[in-house]
Amino acid sequence: MIALAALPPVTVDHYVLLSALLFAIGLVGVLFRRNVLIVLMSLELMLSAANLAFVAFSRMHGNLQGQVMAFFSIAVAAAEAAVALSILIALWRARGGVLVDDAAEMKG
Amino acid sequence: MGDTGFYIFGALSVVGALLMVTARNPLHGVLWLVVSFLGFAGLFGGLGAHFLAAIQILVYAGAILVLFLFVIMLLNLRPDDVSRMPALSLRGGAGGFLLGVGGFCAVVGMVVLGVPGGAFPRKVFPLDGPGGGAAEIAGPLFSEFLLPFEAVSLLLLAAIVGAVALTKRRLP
Repeated sequence: MIALAALPPVTVDHYVLLSALLFAIGLVGVLFRRNVLIVLMSLELMLSAANLAFVAFSRMHGNLQGQVMAFFSIAVAAAEAAVALSILIALWRARGGVLVDDAAEMKG
Repeated sequence: MGDTGFYIFGALSVVGALLMVTARNPLHGVLWLVVSFLGFAGLFGGLGAHFLAAIQILVYAGAILVLFLFVIMLLNLRPDDVSRMPALSLRGGAGGFLLGVGGFCAVVGMVVLGVPGGAFPRKVFPLDGPGGGAAEIAGPLFSEFLLPFEAVSLLLLAAIVGAVALTKRRLP
């Protein structure tokens, strides 16, 4: 508490930087990992980081539109997770694996 | 609460995210993502979005991540499967790392140097912002954003039908 009091007051910049950092971690996870489960979890992390920027800007502008957008984003994330996981189960049945490389037959 | 909470919950979300991305076992990844989303919920609460903080825990940590856990159990990933999974793909890895670091540096540059339009005020949040309780959210959600709300309900219906159609076993 005492050590944190020396830091500058938290502004919208801090939230945007934190949101960008979390988005970058998710992006690295999507492009870096081969396990489809981890890739999907990184996607959820990226969507949630975007929500954080929405809510911070909503607070900055003093209206609720950013928060409503974050609600829509959560609903879209839920739908995305359901469809992506069922594609993953279909991939597991067809190929017996959950790696990105298991779906590489169309590679030119 | 505001400033101290930002650093505590921000550190929690970043640490959870880093451990999720580097987890070898997807089961551990799900649990670390729960930690990260708890940090997100704390950040939303610090911004005054209390209903969104509750939804973050109920829908993300409660529903979506439990769905991930169900799939991991359904696929019955044995320990040897988990251990022979390559953790990283190096070919796409270098590009992904550069893209992530480059994107983060771009945002840092925009915040430090300012955007060309100049619409990025470096100001402390007002203390008397609009509340984010359920009643306050319901107002714009059911009046101004009614059409997107109904579109989201159609999207969820399509996702349900799509998930059932994709996982249904074909009869011989």
